[in-house]
Amino acid sequence: MSQQVTPEPVPEPQGPAAPDSMKKHQKKSSFVRWMKLLLKSKTGTVGFLIVMVVFIVGIFSDQIAPFGVNEQNYANMLVPPAWQEGGSSEHFLGTDNLGRDILSRIIYGTTISLLVGIFSVVVAGILGMAAGLFAGYYGGWIDTVTMRMVDAFLSIPNILFILVILTVLNPGIMTLIFAIGVTNWVIYARLIRGEVLSVKEREYVKAARSIGTKNLTIIRRHVLPNVFSTFIVISTLSVATTIILEASLSFLGMGVQPPDVSWGYMLADGRDYLATNWWLATFPGLAITITVLGIIFLGDWLRDVLDPRSQGR
Amino acid sequence: MNKVKTETNNPRKAEVEQPLLEIRGLKKHFDVTGGWFKKNKEYLRAVDGIDLKVKRGETLGIVGESGCGKSTTGNLIVRLLEPTEGEIIFEGENLAELTGEELRQKRKDIQMIFQDPFSSLNPRMRVFELIAEPLRTHQTHKGDELKKRVFELMDVVGLSPEFAQRFPHEFSGGQRQRIGIARALALNPKLLVCDEPVSALDVSIQSQILNLLKRLQEQFNLTLVFIAHGLPAVKHISDRIAVMYLGKVVELTTREKLFAHPMHPYTEGLLTAVPVPDPEVRDTRERVVLKGDIPSPVNPPSGCSFHTRCPFADEKCKQDTPEFKELKPDHFVACHYPLEGGKGTIQNPS
Repeated sequence: MSQQVTPEPVPEPQGPAAPDSMKKHQKKSSFVRWMKLLLKSKTGTVGFLIVMVVFIVGIFSDQIAPFGVNEQNYANMLVPPAWQEGGSSEHFLGTDNLGRDILSRIIYGTTISLLVGIFSVVVAGILGMAAGLFAGYYGGWIDTVTMRMVDAFLSIPNILFILVILTVLNPGIMTLIFAIGVTNWVIYARLIRGEVLSVKEREYVKAARSIGTKNLTIIRRHVLPNVFSTFIVISTLSVATTIILEASLSFLGMGVQPPDVSWGYMLADGRDYLATNWWLATFPGLAITITVLGIIFLGDWLRDVLDPRSQGR
Repeated sequence: MNKVKTETNNPRKAEVEQPLLEIRGLKKHFDVTGGWFKKNKEYLRAVDGIDLKVKRGETLGIVGESGCGKSTTGNLIVRLLEPTEGEIIFEGENLAELTGEELRQKRKDIQMIFQDPFSSLNPRMRVFELIAEPLRTHQTHKGDELKKRVFELMDVVGLSPEFAQRFPHEFSGGQRQRIGIARALALNPKLLVCDEPVSALDVSIQSQILNLLKRLQEQFNLTLVFIAHGLPAVKHISDRIAVMYLGKVVELTTREKLFAHPMHPYTEGLLTAVPVPDPEVRDTRERVVLKGDIPSPVNPPSGCSFHTRCPFADEKCKQDTPEFKELKPDHFVACHYPLEGGKGTIQNPS
């Protein structure tokens, strides 16, 4: 009977020709295609440009910054920005209470703010994604245990928990990333689990099981790609909130430690001068706003592009 | 093909041969207690003890109202669900007992076609990947062979090869169902469980898909279990038909006998509920209108589960559960008072 099952001879002209056309199609799906897709969307392009600029500034901060990060100049304390009365073109965004150039400090701060923002989201995202996927897909006791853990984490105020970790371990960038990562994973775990619960009931997951696909392969091939857009959206929003969280921690004195500098640290530093010398806190704040906006734009575009239904539009 | 024809035309001879699939006392009860602290467990008896035999090369239709357990039965056969009780014997092996790798290997022989062609295909996979998935999973084909096989399958189900790199959302329901069929055929299964494969499609497309299934069955010597909620869909394709009601099979016989001489009052009700295009026949025929709704499978009625809606039910029906037995050759019925042209029988129109 099994011999009979083999289908009738394949129509020759179609069979071999088709795989060739397929290869071509796959080759095209590379850098050029992505750039074309990017240019189609205005918000995507803007977001991409902002993020690129911020990255380049972050990477080459040493070369770009006109002054050293902690270069103090007591002769030039609290100089206003260049376009205001009393400002000088030497210090474009003015100087702070110790005569340090604000533009240079923002440029240096980019590196740390980005490092903390991105890597703690990566840590939290990987932990939360894994927890959410397994809890949602396998259910049962795995789900119960994971979700009770999530509840426990959520019942502790975030900042307090991070402060405890930072006090026990030595404050520093790595600790900061770790602390934010292990407290924020719960957000991902909960959201991803919910998405997985809905995806795993779809018939294509059933179909994969009836074929005999292994569970891990089903998670990787069918579940993960279909919850990924949710993940992208929360991650990008999360990079934004993390940069702000880092700012609050630095404000409390447990985040970035001098001589390192971050936007949040500058924000906290400039708070005392807000009424008299507004530029100390405003420009780092503006840097945070623009960066966060760029990341969100990029994330929005990425979510749309990753959905095959929106392609070709 | 001739062999198959004689099998279905001569039931006695076919009885001797071992059936491809045999279901014995199959039950699936879902726990619907809700909450940890309730003392009395409540179960939804989706499938409550059914016996079926599916012969090689035939098409067995399973019909019944929504919630009668027909889809659950299909899911149990392909082992998407664990049976609570009972045996599913496929080629002499009890599927209900298989686990792990053994079960994974057996899955090659039993494939399923799903009801909703819009959710049965992963929206993020291209047609080629979708059809290649079973082949990759079982590593039966690789490289160029894999490509050849996928295009072969696309050709078999009537999809043109340039569709290979498209995504499912670019297709109509009928074409999507063809992709699903190609995927199900990829591993050369012996048994194909079709769970209402046409009910989500336009009427004009339904017959195309039914004809395709019929052609594929002949071409590849497939055995089909065809689940549908109405008799018209299964009439076209089935050799034998099982009628399910509240988790049980109430009547099982050949298509001809079922349509000509239904013996269970429920089947009669289903038959006369089929719309008739001719208004004169429609107005003059006698209908068995079933009163009420299908009872809850959490708390099924005592005795014959159909007695609450049966026009002929009496005390006996309320107390004793009728046995599912062969009343006439190849005609199984579970009823104390089967219709035999005698008591209360309504003449079938046309």
